[in-house]
Amino acid sequence: MNALAAIGRFTLGGVYHLGRCGVFLCTMLAVISHAWRRFALVVRQLYFAGVMTLLITLVAGLFVGMVLSLQGYYTLVNYGGESALGLLVALSLTRELGPVLAAVLFTGRAGSAITAEIGLMKATDQLAAMEMMATDPVARVVVPRFVAGVLAVPILTLLFNVVGVLGGYYVGTVQLGVDSGVYWASMQNGVDVFEDIGNGIIKSFVFGFVVSWIMVFEGCDTEPTAEGISRATTRTVVVGSLSVLGLDYILTALMYGGIS
Amino acid sequence: MSNTATGGRKIELWVGVLVLGGLLSLGFLAFEVGNFDNARVRDGYRVYADFQNIGGLTLRAPVAVAGVRIGQVTGITLSRDSFNARVELTIARHYDNLPVDSSASIFTKGLLGAQYVGLEPGSDEEFLGDGDEIEFTNSSVVLEQLIGELLFSKAEEAAE
Amino acid sequence: MPHSPHNPARPADTLVSVDNVSFGYGPRTILSGLDMQITRGSVVVVMGPSGCGKSTLLGLIGGRLAASEGRVFFDGGDVAALRRRELFALRKRMGMLFQSSALLTDLSVFDNVAFPLREHCGLPESLVRNLVLMKLHMVGLRGARDLRPAELSGGMARRVALARAIALDPELILYDEPFAGLDPVSLGVTLKLIRELNDALRLTSVVVTHDVDEGCRIADYMYLLGRGTIIGHGAPQEMLHSGDPEVAQFMQGMPDGPVPFHYPAPDYRAELLDAGGARS
Ligand SMILES: Nc1ncnc2c1ncn2[C@@H]1O[C@H](COP(=O)(O)OP(=O)(O)O)[C@@H](O)[C@H]1O
Ligand SMILES: [Mg+2]
Repeated sequence: MNALAAIGRFTLGGVYHLGRCGVFLCTMLAVISHAWRRFALVVRQLYFAGVMTLLITLVAGLFVGMVLSLQGYYTLVNYGGESALGLLVALSLTRELGPVLAAVLFTGRAGSAITAEIGLMKATDQLAAMEMMATDPVARVVVPRFVAGVLAVPILTLLFNVVGVLGGYYVGTVQLGVDSGVYWASMQNGVDVFEDIGNGIIKSFVFGFVVSWIMVFEGCDTEPTAEGISRATTRTVVVGSLSVLGLDYILTALMYGGIS
Repeated sequence: MSNTATGGRKIELWVGVLVLGGLLSLGFLAFEVGNFDNARVRDGYRVYADFQNIGGLTLRAPVAVAGVRIGQVTGITLSRDSFNARVELTIARHYDNLPVDSSASIFTKGLLGAQYVGLEPGSDEEFLGDGDEIEFTNSSVVLEQLIGELLFSKAEEAAE
Repeated sequence: MPHSPHNPARPADTLVSVDNVSFGYGPRTILSGLDMQITRGSVVVVMGPSGCGKSTLLGLIGGRLAASEGRVFFDGGDVAALRRRELFALRKRMGMLFQSSALLTDLSVFDNVAFPLREHCGLPESLVRNLVLMKLHMVGLRGARDLRPAELSGGMARRVALARAIALDPELILYDEPFAGLDPVSLGVTLKLIRELNDALRLTSVVVTHDVDEGCRIADYMYLLGRGTIIGHGAPQEMLHSGDPEVAQFMQGMPDGPVPFHYPAPDYRAELLDAGGARS
């Protein structure tokens, strides 16, 4: 009986949370035009969110590309297919790993920081103070961070992909001896600009949107205590990362499922 | 609005670097990794070829002459009367001198690679134009069928 | 009675009137049946123990919270009935000093004070600069303009917040616990500033505090909150010498009285015996 009640409470709590999340999105989109009116703030947030995540994105991209190349080579060489190494690396990166990992890294690095920042602003009454100064904190604080996140994730994804392809190239050609012409040619023959790269960019926009939405929502929804902030930060990372992975499956099924 | 008075210059610079890096990456991916140059044969003419079996041929598969890409597959339909596969090939405009008696075959790149349409130029004086049909076609080699036939003949040999 | 935007019973010199207001967070009632009149130009002190709903009251006056019953009037208009745009227009006429100062941590002292000016006035930057320096000069922190909020002491942060609250030349300032956690010197400065700003800028001030001494020193009129409602009001001297036991207990700071020392609990003896029985 208690367990049943707990399940009910949990479900209702979840629905309630989701509902608030949706309402929050609407209030945010209603004043999204402030992103233009306060473009300097968006630039500032792009700096904090994007530039701060840049280094780990590049390093991660490099290693992912290198390890893909290594593993791919050992598998492909069994079938004499190492000439397709470039294709394997490029497709894995542009279709899946680039968008997913860049978004997950962004969530962990910038998303959690922004949730904590907004949560702290709430806990120290900064948001209430803005309201009392007749400034809408959603327009002033939330929208620039959200828009910057939506823009930063695709940019970081592109950089991740490029660095990954180059890392794969280094391992594949310099270390494993695949011909460099073959590496590029297999990529260029097999990677479609719209099907693969384009879809990857669409994915990264969707991920950027969802992750940014979650990070600002959790920030504003923080219970204004130290414990509340730490819980909100954790939730951003967990919910954000899982949403990216789950959405990736759905998007892949939508984009590539029908064809074949 | 100049609320970004503090450190504004450095921030703008870095964000500029970030955005520029993103754009350069996009260019790199489109032109070096992808095949934007020949991704879409925009300015091309269409010819048709009927095959008994196209195997694993897909949309956007390359069309090549002597291994040189000249176009791509832009449509695959099933003919209602003959139950043949009707493949639409779009060929770049400047390859306008393919003889009408050219033949089309479906090949596989490598043993397990993707399939493509190879054209073998004929010797006719007339050239293929938009909407024309390629008469001579060789279907895709279906590997399973081939292996099946091979095993079957071996089995017959053994039985004799 | 249909909702009329004007309070008919309002005397002409009342800036804020709180009319039979009740409020609760969720099912829990915090305030009930509150009545207050705040006269233009006066310093009104609202006192009460911690957690009795003083900050909540300021939220109701500022329109951040909506009363579940009764109405709050600012200059004759019902605060809760305003649409967002009108509410924001109204808030440009009031300043608020939060207990935590609530300075924007990513902006310097100067930019904090300039914030409302830049947001709402569209003035040229040279004029903004002059105004900001003037406000900072009033609170004695013109020299601290380039510091970050993290570099300020509690007293200084509160003075910067005060400069920010008066940036738009409001008619009303709401102070939430302006004396909490200040050293004696900062305390003296704050007292002086509240009084001087009120008189020099012809403001109306509502000061919320639980400090009896400071409250009495600065108040023109006082309200005492308890049990979620007003338990006494009057001039400071009247309040100090009030015969009402509840008021006297708070004003004199007596540990036991109408507000009991013990939080309501079952009989101690019975509970001890009961606990012993339950454990065996
Ligand atoms: N956002 C809130 N949600 C629920 N309860 C609250 C909230 N804010 C304050 N309270 C409760 O309302 C009561 C009054 O709070 P408050 O007005 O801050 O008191 P004061 O300022 O007099 O110390 C307290 O018991 C507090 O726990
Ligand atoms: Mg309080």
